Amino acid sequence: MANFSTNEFKSGLKVMLDGDPCSILENEFVKPGKGQAFNRVKMRNLKSGRVWERTFKSGDSLEGADVMDMTLEYSYTDGEFWYFMDPASYEQFAADRDAVAETEKWLKEQEQYEVTLYNGAPLAVTPPNFIELAITETDPGLKGDTAQGGSKPATLSTGAVVRVPLFITEGEVIRIDTRSGEYVSRASKS
Amino acid sequence: MSDWRPSASLDTIAARARLLHQLRDFFAARNVMEVETPLLAQATVPDPNLEVFAVSTDVMGASPYRFLQTSPEFAMKRLLAAGSGDIFQISKAFRKEESGRHHNPEFSLLEWYRVDWDHRMLIREVAELICEMLGRTGWQVWTYRALFQEHLSVDLFDPGIGRPQLLDVAHQRIGDIPPDLDYDAALALLMSHCIESKISDWGVVFVTEFPVSQAALARTMAVDRGAVAARFECYVDGCEVANGYWEQCDVAGLTAQFLADNEQRQQRGLPMRELDQRLLAAQAEGLPDCAGVALGVDRLLALQTGVSSLAETLSFDWHRA
Repeated sequence: MANFSTNEFKSGLKVMLDGDPCSILENEFVKPGKGQAFNRVKMRNLKSGRVWERTFKSGDSLEGADVMDMTLEYSYTDGEFWYFMDPASYEQFAADRDAVAETEKWLKEQEQYEVTLYNGAPLAVTPPNFIELAITETDPGLKGDTAQGGSKPATLSTGAVVRVPLFITEGEVIRIDTRSGEYVSRASKS
Repeated sequence: MSDWRPSASLDTIAARARLLHQLRDFFAARNVMEVETPLLAQATVPDPNLEVFAVSTDVMGASPYRFLQTSPEFAMKRLLAAGSGDIFQISKAFRKEESGRHHNPEFSLLEWYRVDWDHRMLIREVAELICEMLGRTGWQVWTYRALFQEHLSVDLFDPGIGRPQLLDVAHQRIGDIPPDLDYDAALALLMSHCIESKISDWGVVFVTEFPVSQAALARTMAVDRGAVAARFECYVDGCEVANGYWEQCDVAGLTAQFLADNEQRQQRGLPMRELDQRLLAAQAEGLPDCAGVALGVDRLLALQTGVSSLAETLSFDWHRA
């Protein structure tokens, strides 16, 4: 991979730091008077998800990371790996538990996910912001309780548990915001 | 394409026009003459921390390149040596690879020189200018050494404090630091990461009496327990706006500084600079005793208008230019 100098660090650039691929978030150029200039760089470690802040001398460089984002379709899991497919080429990618992580509870067959590939292998899987899933289990709504606008837990087809309004029943399909894990609405009928 | 539009608001563009008037009035009232000097010159600074734009000028004479000036300093000193007396200039300056929230590679600089003044007298005038332009009422003056004592409990005059000790402090305060910092780079790191943030709510702050290793084109002088460079920098709300010197008038001292700069450039693998022979000849003839300062006009305008980035003060910033 090519090397990138601090003055090429832009938000979204993927570089290698301490052996891990990182995505640049912010790059601030600092120069006290006439002295040595520095770049204070915030970057997300794409393996751990943690945000690092590092200081570099201006002009220092880092190796680029072979990282790319692809939109892939979720196929199935064998319990050890979760398989995603490129709908254009039918190429399959196997993501391990670390890559799938929290997204596991939002995985639905034939749905499209943003998969970050590092050296060709899935590193992270990001769900769409909104997803529609069926309710497999929830208590029947209690009549007359609607005035309080209360909520109850509901288990979804993926195993995720979300809070839904009391009038929602088993078997219904609901729309969820995957960023907050909150109920948004009943799914559109279309 | 929407970026044909200015990066500054029309209000800020009008504020710039007013500020330029105010600055010219300030110097007219003090009998300092406005001058103009070339932006494209045959020589440039050897300072290893400054990178220049070289422009191909093959039609115009012997040298295939000219350099966009990083400041009008050398030309203004030649005017001083020719007997101009007190002078100021508001001009564009160019520094390659300096781009960020407080930097634009092309920027406006106010530079002025006062004959027979030292840096202490000039600090007073810079303070008066800043207070007038920004509506401030007071300022503080700190020595570089006192700031390090105050904020980092490090005494730079202590012979036991060298590069390894500074790197230790930087490591404790900042965490991961670049591995190959020399003494001055370690000081610069501590200054920008630990001290600038601390003085950001102190208003107008002058830092003076720099380490001798950072004298640049300032003269050095003896103080109580050691020697210091007769330099100052002015910070307003933590943002550095001006850099001034009690100028090095001695031609041998200046030549030595240039040679040392070039040696540093060579060590860092940077191109060496031919020394500005016209400046050296002018200084050999005699640069009058003087103090000079360069002040960032765009930063001053940012402070005056309260915008948070330099781009918002520029009609068209680097990306829209």
